[in-house]
Amino acid sequence: MLPWLLRRAAAGIAIVFAVVTLTFAAVHLAPGKPFLPPEGRPANPAAIERLKTAFGLDQPLPVQYVRYLAALAHGELGESFSRRRPVAEMIGNALPNTVLLAGTALLLDFALGIAIGVFQAARVRRRADVALTNLTLFFYSLPTFWLGLVLLLVFAQWLHWFPVGGPTDPVLHDSLPLLGRLLDRLRHLALPALTLGLVGAGGTARFQRAALLEALGQDYVRTARAKGLPERAVLVRHALRDALLPVISLLGLALPFLLTGAVLVETVFSWPGLGKLAADAISTRDYPVVLGTTLLVSTAVVIGSLVADVITAAADPRIRLSA
Amino acid sequence: MTFASWLTLLATVAWTAAVVAWSRRVARRARRDSGRRFFRHPTAAAGLAVLVLLATLALCAPLVAPVLPSTQLNITALQNRPPSWQYPLGTDLYSRDVWSRLVYGARVSLGVGTLGMLVAVSLGGMVGATAGYFRGWVDGVLMRFVDVGLSVPRIFLVLAAIAVWERLGVGPLILLLGLTGWFATSRIVRAEVLTLRERPFTDAARSLGAGPWRVIARHIVPNAAAPLIVSAALGIGSMLLLETGLSFLGVGIQPPQPSWGNMIADGRDQLTVAPWISLFPGLAIALVVMALNAVGDALRDALDPRDGT
Repeated sequence: MLPWLLRRAAAGIAIVFAVVTLTFAAVHLAPGKPFLPPEGRPANPAAIERLKTAFGLDQPLPVQYVRYLAALAHGELGESFSRRRPVAEMIGNALPNTVLLAGTALLLDFALGIAIGVFQAARVRRRADVALTNLTLFFYSLPTFWLGLVLLLVFAQWLHWFPVGGPTDPVLHDSLPLLGRLLDRLRHLALPALTLGLVGAGGTARFQRAALLEALGQDYVRTARAKGLPERAVLVRHALRDALLPVISLLGLALPFLLTGAVLVETVFSWPGLGKLAADAISTRDYPVVLGTTLLVSTAVVIGSLVADVITAAADPRIRLSA
Repeated sequence: MTFASWLTLLATVAWTAAVVAWSRRVARRARRDSGRRFFRHPTAAAGLAVLVLLATLALCAPLVAPVLPSTQLNITALQNRPPSWQYPLGTDLYSRDVWSRLVYGARVSLGVGTLGMLVAVSLGGMVGATAGYFRGWVDGVLMRFVDVGLSVPRIFLVLAAIAVWERLGVGPLILLLGLTGWFATSRIVRAEVLTLRERPFTDAARSLGAGPWRVIARHIVPNAAAPLIVSAALGIGSMLLLETGLSFLGVGIQPPQPSWGNMIADGRDQLTVAPWISLFPGLAIALVVMALNAVGDALRDALDPRDGT
């Protein structure tokens, strides 16, 4: 297994490396020259040359590329144009919020999705199955930002069950006792996590239902039934064990979905995570911030798919990774 | 909404019903049974109806929309009006008719989705066919490129492009969505081509002296059409979701041109006083994507008889 793992990890590193190169290329292909004064004012060629030397832009591209790589290796992502702060620091502040949101949503997504999928496969083509098939298709097709707005309207504005946005209560949070602060966080987390979780669960449930139905058609299921096992045991102990494998590989695909959703949902709920950081940076053309988050997110996706592969390999005894 | 536009709306619904009934009849009479398999799906006909209806509304927008999408009816008296017979989906903060904006927005959102998908599917089809047919280093290079493309979530790819370059018009936006949306399609097509190139009929074509491009264009691609069509149907949906998401963030279709995404953004600040401004475009997106998914699933079963559940 180890050689396979190493090869897989090397491929992952190569992908991240390629993304880094692409972002570098994107910046240098972009129209516009740095250090030009605002329109209408005369440029001072000597000053521009001085600035170019100071920022290393007079060097040939390969040298700049190597410097860029070296800076990245030190965790330098450059400085935000609009906030005059290191991008790495801004990302560092936003990351825990996104991890919390995406993690909770992932949990909801898979718990709900697998439960619904199994429930449906156990009563396939009956009324409850058909109804749930349509319902999951509906949620799967919803734009996350719109569902977020609807939940916000119903549960925050009309029913006042949950707050309207933000990570914590802006006034009370710091004065609350520890337990109160925890509850405050959870109440703020509930709606954004539910938004992402529900849309994700729609897809997961459809996938789990199909996987379980496929497993239920296998010969070993017929054997299990033939030896007189109760249907519940056949479903849970025999078919589901097999049908969970493709769902694990879905885990690798869930990360891009959650991170994409995070951009929109974090914007709707003013949740200060990576997605909102990237979306806000767009309006000020703050490309160091956007490229920094893009790099980080791509790295996360690569690691996520690697982890999904490893879990699948560990869980499936049929996969021998000696090759 | 005037009496005339209600009438044209009614006519559109009747036309939709007629089209669906007609395609059902054609499918039943056809010699190949893929059409019958398509309509065996319980939701396929409904999905088709939704798509026909919305496409017709989008094409005939000036007939069914009583006013232009940017028309401000009466900025003092008709702000944030709830739905009524005259304004079936209400009016927005600028006293514009939400129904008219929805109909014209369908042109933009469906158009961007469809054209973006066309770019993506043709590119994905070409790259997949090339990689699968030639194999070797061509395949290696192309597929590693696809690996890279797939590991950056598309919205970040598009956001990065928008951040680096200037604000995009509709044309460049479609191109950008298409150029970032072909990776998954090329993988599917490649897998299909890998098996097709070993089949006797491609050997036959080669031994008759056909060059590689002729074999790909005339013998491989037509046989790989089924997965291409299915991924096109599902692709429009994801294009549409991405475009509306970007427009919601304010970086996609720019106001005053209506897109379902920027309509939702418009209504965001009016959510408590006039929820209909955001509600209806969102429902329209959900309806289209649902219909596309249903039709895509039915197409997959219809075109690929091998695995049916």
